[in-house]
Amino acid sequence: MRARSNVRVGAAISVAVLVFWSPPIAVGEDRGVVADLRREIEDVRRQMRALEEKLKQLEERAGAASAPPPAPPPAALAAVPAPPPRAPWSPAQPMALLSGARGYLNLSFDALVDFGWSTNREVTALQRGDHDPIERGFTLPNEEIFLDGAVDPYFQGVADIVFKLNEDNETEVELEEVYLTTASLPWNLQVKAGQFFTEFGRLNQQHPHAWDFVDQPLVIGRMLGPEGLRNPGARASWLAPTPFYSELFLAVQNSQGGTAFSFRNTEEAALFGRPAADRPVRGPWDLLLAPRYVASFDLSDSQALVAGLSGAFGPNASGTSTRTQIYGGDLYWKWKPAWQSGGFPFLSWQTELLGRRYEAGAAEIRDPAAPDLPPLELPRESLYDWGLYSQVLYGFTQRWVAGLRGDWVTGGRGAFRPDENRADRYRIAPNLTFHLTEFSKIRLQYDYDHGQILGSDSSVWTQVEFLLGAHAAHKF
Amino acid sequence: MRTTIRRSFVPLLALVALFSTPSYPADELKVVATTADLAAVARAVGGDDVEVTALARPAEDPHFVDAKPSFIRVVNQADVLIEGGASLEAGWLPPLLEGARNPRISAGAPGRVFAAQGLALLEVATQLDRSMGDVHPQGNPHFMLDPVAAKTVAESIRTAFCAVDRTRCSDYEAGLRAFREAVDAALADWQATLAPLRGTKVVTYHKDFDYFFQRFGMQVVDTLEPKPGIPPSPTHLTELVPKMRAEQVRLIVIEPFRERGNPDFVAQHTGARVLVLPAMPDGQDRPDYLALIDYDVRQVAAALGQTGATR
Repeated sequence: MRARSNVRVGAAISVAVLVFWSPPIAVGEDRGVVADLRREIEDVRRQMRALEEKLKQLEERAGAASAPPPAPPPAALAAVPAPPPRAPWSPAQPMALLSGARGYLNLSFDALVDFGWSTNREVTALQRGDHDPIERGFTLPNEEIFLDGAVDPYFQGVADIVFKLNEDNETEVELEEVYLTTASLPWNLQVKAGQFFTEFGRLNQQHPHAWDFVDQPLVIGRMLGPEGLRNPGARASWLAPTPFYSELFLAVQNSQGGTAFSFRNTEEAALFGRPAADRPVRGPWDLLLAPRYVASFDLSDSQALVAGLSGAFGPNASGTSTRTQIYGGDLYWKWKPAWQSGGFPFLSWQTELLGRRYEAGAAEIRDPAAPDLPPLELPRESLYDWGLYSQVLYGFTQRWVAGLRGDWVTGGRGAFRPDENRADRYRIAPNLTFHLTEFSKIRLQYDYDHGQILGSDSSVWTQVEFLLGAHAAHKF
Repeated sequence: MRTTIRRSFVPLLALVALFSTPSYPADELKVVATTADLAAVARAVGGDDVEVTALARPAEDPHFVDAKPSFIRVVNQADVLIEGGASLEAGWLPPLLEGARNPRISAGAPGRVFAAQGLALLEVATQLDRSMGDVHPQGNPHFMLDPVAAKTVAESIRTAFCAVDRTRCSDYEAGLRAFREAVDAALADWQATLAPLRGTKVVTYHKDFDYFFQRFGMQVVDTLEPKPGIPPSPTHLTELVPKMRAEQVRLIVIEPFRERGNPDFVAQHTGARVLVLPAMPDGQDRPDYLALIDYDVRQVAAALGQTGATR
């Protein structure tokens, strides 16, 4: 279309140039000059018509069958003249005309709505995750706008902006992820830069709408934080040339704030009785370093196994020279038969085990209400915490998934106790999810919570999800 | 100072060079196709010069394939990637491409084939509205069951092979020519077999045999799914049964992976017959593309009382 109008404009300009640029002709002077001019204009018009004709032919040919290469040999064409199926209502070039799935930008909006009740009046005492239900009744924990696409031949870009309503029904906004990924580095390398979820284990990389349960596993909240481990930074990954899939990741990220929960974070829940120390970044070692290695094996035609080891290392805010190390192992197994329909049936098992060593600084705590009492002396000590979750999902028939998750966390001895942020807890959570389509689901979940300090509680949660916009693609 | 840095870089570079895979085409062109039908056509065109891997298993639902990490490795090493190009793989191919980081098969590279390109697809969405079901914006993506469309796809594949591997272009030209001629020869036979059934009405489970039946002059009047991708509902089936009776539909065609409950129910109430028709070559009973279409043609003919033994 544009090509044709360009030709027209070009022709018009040349005509105009011919008309106006020719030497001025005195009125009534030689008629021959005028006749010449006319002839020339006629010529130009003819050329223009020929050009248009040629363009039309070209466009028609492109419309009929546009494999860019030379036309197929006529000998082969002769046998069956029938062109590809052509229905009167369908334009011939679907790929070029419709940008529905291949625009410059994929845009989608994903909403989660939770509803439920708990025997614990203070729901947040049980549900520590940032995208968990926060009160009896309704919660809008995660309403996200997701944008992605190719930036240019060199980068892919992603932006994920999350809105949620807090307990006072005020809207909170998080720039959850914004990063670009390289598309064509040599040696099987890939670099990601921006703000992103650290590739630590499996769940930390998933957005809440992709979770298989309503709430965050306890161990993830306790060690990687209620919002998950994500901060501005860069990571490189290398797809290793092994005979099976294996990939090595190394991330360097900022180490401060609630999104680096066990590191330079001044929230009380992450300090274990200590006051927050002044802990600026003094050198590169004060950044967060997170390596990960993951490998996958196809056990059979219908079974795949993914296993990973992760680490996260950096300073913490409980002292001026204290550091935290988190280690994690994750395992995922899935069975999906060779005759699956709509993605069902399937059976999957996912487990993550995490351990943390938190060097807590020495501190003297005085009770302002009783200044005469001797201060509580907290020594410099290493606090060891452990936890795991393990979940089984069974997609027993089309659209229906039954799940069961067990959660357990525990903390080793520490001078500051009792501390609900390190005390033993477990949770048993069976659930049932109905996926109406890939774009909506309804989930019912029961949580049985037991904690050393919290006691026992029961909660029932329902969750509804809907997705507008670009088709979601699922990572394995 | 400088020399020490250099010295420490040398073994590092050597290490990287040692472990990195070469990026030039190997002896055989490594071809990855998302589905088995595309893989079969690629094999027909490429012959011994190519090593073809299909990602989706032949008898599974191609809309819902898992993006397994092992596929990332396969796509990473591909010289050519062939996909349908009409969103059939939208749910699982993007993460594989991102993980594979392979510029040889990035969109626009000569090694990337969108099979739908150059085809006039059926049911191109004029309006994008998911209340109408999971309609693919670029049109119905199940075009490979039309042998004439397969010839065009074979041409696109030849073009990619020639662009990536010029030295053996004449082989690919020959492979394409042989495939086209084989399809043309068989097509006449298939059309003769199904000629008596011209105008016959059938019902399918999903909109995946439309191109096939259109090619042979038969008519798909409805689907068991009320809308694309939405499982059969009682409401829809109670409307479908009288409609099938009125239009004298004698055949319900379903793919091997579909449930049998609803098709059998409708069959029982209409007297129609359920025919399980494979949509993909499987490398065994239906080793290649021609064998698949041949099998399907004969199955349809047999199911509707034509012997299918005209050959």
